[in-house]
Amino acid sequence: MSLFRAASHQNSDLSKLDGKKISLDNTLTILSFVILIIVVVIPMTMIVYNTFFFKGKLDTRLFNEIIANPENISAMRNTIIVAFWVTLFGTIIGVFFAWLLGRSDIPLKGMMRSMFTIPYMFPPFFGAMAWDLLLSPRGGYFNKWFMNLTGMKTAPININSLGGIIFVETSYYFPFVFMQVVSALERMDPTLEESARIAGAGQGYVIRKITLPLVRPAISAGAFLILISSLSHFGVPSILGFSQNIFTLPTKIYQLISRASGEFQGIREGAALSVLLVIVVMLALILQKIVLKSGRYDIIKGKSMRPMLIKLRKAKYPLLILSFASLFVIVVVPLVMIFLVGLLKAYGLSLTPNNFTFNNYKNVLFESKMVKDSIFNSLFLSISAGLICMFLGVMVAYVINKIKPYGKGLLEIISVLPYSIPGMVLAIGVILAWSGAFGINLYNTIWIILIAYIARYLAFSMKSASASLQQVHYSLEEAARSCGASHMQSLTDVTVPLIRPAMVSGFFLIFLPAMRELTTSVLLYGPFTRTLGVAIYSLKTDGNLVQASALASFTILLIIVCNALVRFITKDRKGV
Amino acid sequence: MDQIELIHVSKKFTTKTLGTVTAVNNLNLKIKEGECFSILGPSGCGKTTTLRMIAGFEDLSDGEIYLSGRPVSVKEKNLYIPPEKRGLGMVFQSFAVWPHMNLFENVAFPLRVQNINKTEIKKRVEEALHHTNLDGMGKAYPSDLSGGQQQRIALARAIITNPKVMLLDEPFSNLDPKTRESMRFEIKKLQKKFNFTIIFVTHDQSEAMAISDRMMVMDMGNIVQVDTPTNLYNKPINRFVHNFLGKSNFTRVIIENNKVYPRNDKSQPLSCELPNNGEREAVLATRPNTIELNHTNGYKTKIEKRIFLTNYIEYIVKVGDQIIQVQTPHFDEFKEGQTCYVKFPSVMWYSAEEDLKDNERDCRQII
Repeated sequence: MSLFRAASHQNSDLSKLDGKKISLDNTLTILSFVILIIVVVIPMTMIVYNTFFFKGKLDTRLFNEIIANPENISAMRNTIIVAFWVTLFGTIIGVFFAWLLGRSDIPLKGMMRSMFTIPYMFPPFFGAMAWDLLLSPRGGYFNKWFMNLTGMKTAPININSLGGIIFVETSYYFPFVFMQVVSALERMDPTLEESARIAGAGQGYVIRKITLPLVRPAISAGAFLILISSLSHFGVPSILGFSQNIFTLPTKIYQLISRASGEFQGIREGAALSVLLVIVVMLALILQKIVLKSGRYDIIKGKSMRPMLIKLRKAKYPLLILSFASLFVIVVVPLVMIFLVGLLKAYGLSLTPNNFTFNNYKNVLFESKMVKDSIFNSLFLSISAGLICMFLGVMVAYVINKIKPYGKGLLEIISVLPYSIPGMVLAIGVILAWSGAFGINLYNTIWIILIAYIARYLAFSMKSASASLQQVHYSLEEAARSCGASHMQSLTDVTVPLIRPAMVSGFFLIFLPAMRELTTSVLLYGPFTRTLGVAIYSLKTDGNLVQASALASFTILLIIVCNALVRFITKDRKGV
Repeated sequence: MDQIELIHVSKKFTTKTLGTVTAVNNLNLKIKEGECFSILGPSGCGKTTTLRMIAGFEDLSDGEIYLSGRPVSVKEKNLYIPPEKRGLGMVFQSFAVWPHMNLFENVAFPLRVQNINKTEIKKRVEEALHHTNLDGMGKAYPSDLSGGQQQRIALARAIITNPKVMLLDEPFSNLDPKTRESMRFEIKKLQKKFNFTIIFVTHDQSEAMAISDRMMVMDMGNIVQVDTPTNLYNKPINRFVHNFLGKSNFTRVIIENNKVYPRNDKSQPLSCELPNNGEREAVLATRPNTIELNHTNGYKTKIEKRIFLTNYIEYIVKVGDQIIQVQTPHFDEFKEGQTCYVKFPSVMWYSAEEDLKDNERDCRQII
């Protein structure tokens, strides 16, 4: 009996046969496919097509040229070097702090935990801006101070280097591992560790042989998130690398496209290079698949028990100081720096109160039309992308989890594909598809950005709705049907209310990152469709550092307010 | 009149790993009005699939289903009535109580679907809550309630529309033994009051025997036997049913010179009736409570083990190299290691091949 339930997809009988000619389920299934083809498949296909076909004929010359170009090869090497070290350091730091907060008796856990997740909220390019202000070899505040102090002729630390890029990216990406491992440790059944202690194993032995192996899937999942994010990351290397001609694949693609300024040949070159980037990312994804396949354990138990905390004894306060020092460097320094520079009359003046002014804030918020437009655009884009993705995500998740039509695997792959595809690549695909190739030209309008956002963020809401739908036992909907509710009623009265919390959090999962999005919008914006991220980026690259910092500080405040709102809205909900 | 009729009903699944599996094979069944009918069988026998086809949650691969004479699934004519239009009540193993609705809203749901006015709903919900001993708990949420209470909500929700047929899909298996017993009783009480027909799916034979008028034993998609509980217990059609309905001893024996010897031991015969089919090898089937142990005559052996099981004593004895369980209400009659004599006043016979086949299957299931 249970065998049949688990092994068959015959659950679909119920909905397949709802007594109508065109059943609700068929409609949902077809709609999901059509929308995903428009939003995801066509742009992706256009990239591959334009790389390998020219004027309707197979032509690999462009691609061969692109991969033979030494500049591109060095960009690829840089991409891989950065991603490798960021993943390694990020994983080590993430696991260490996760264990410290999850299993040791270190004090102030709650506060440190929320501090460690702060980098998660802000775009890494803010951090890059801050560290650039502090540590750039020519004008960096720290470097200048240190050179004055010691009389050195050259700057002691050069942030405009591969090392600098690795440092800044690590400080923003380690929370991926940290959060995964902390939550795995929290959900892990403590009796697994306790029984090892009873069996005579010491603390260190239990950590090595029980705890770490059991959370290994969480560690590798987080590590691959870092790897893939870093491979396709644009903000940090572009801010820190451009001035020293250090390129990674995403920044090189950006350079090609922005140099082309709308010329088709340039966009094609960008497309060809992005194929190279996609190949690198795909290799990482394949590796991820292989690694994550081995070793999945069911370590989660229903009852939440308090795990036994390991006493740090003498190491307690040194480790506490180390944690605070890390938090200071990773979180406090960049934020404070951005706020202070945002207050300066001009970049380069010393950071003393008599050089401070609120004029920058006044300028960017009330006088610059460009900034006002960008705030409005970002709000419009994030809210619409959030709402559209929320409903689309629920629909696709319902089709995949409950209707299970033929081709559901394909649907799932298509819907999560953009999640792993670099934003830069997605943007090029959207340009190629929707600037006239099919008779629709959205180039330079806000709609082309919206399409890109929907493709980019759909996976977020889909996954959130999927996880929640899997919790909804099929008998809940069946009970409604046996009580006389129609298929539609059982959806609206039972299923949707049950997954409403997931829908709300799905919205915010999209709204928050979309508010500060840079990578896709920087390729898609037109004269009147700058987003907040693009506005800050343009101010910074135009050399208007104080105004860039002022606008960044405003964005930080906005993000903090939104996050607080989210927390307020989503707390105390009846779970499923 | 027949309330439920299944004619040539089959259900096949196609799965990636197992290929095509026949879950239910050419099932013919009539259930009378007001009857309490149980479907019993091991995991994978097709009992839940049968119930779900009656409910309309599964399509048929072949056959016809009628409820009170009205066709609800007829494969040939492609006729299918969705579950919400079949007018059934159903209680699920997982309770299926909606966590986002309070107790009142859960029970009121079937009436709200029918757009019944509020005062009527309130009256009927209160009535249903009263019948299921949930008075005054309307505002509670399912997460605040125990398993037994949650299952009562499901029951109240199922009876509120006054259905003619109540489908119970292993409704007690998530409850503790005490609650289970009282729920059994409550369902029977409700049946008496509202006079509905019950189809009850379970793998627990004692539960089925306790409440059913008739039972159907299924195995691998086929009906094995349909009868009253007492008949099924006393006259099982084959070894499978015998084994499934209560504790059984199966002893392999050899028949020579009109005497029955345990296999591998011809030193002394067993004291029991002879089988009437004239085979040389056979299986002697006994219930542990029908075997007689005494101090003077019968098959001489000794007590291997004595187990105290509160209302009776279980002795393990050996006949030849085979083990037999004996249950008696007589306390302290024998000690472990003591010599005793065994008699078999009531036995049933099965063929040796059947025994081999069933044994082999039991082994496969364990693997």
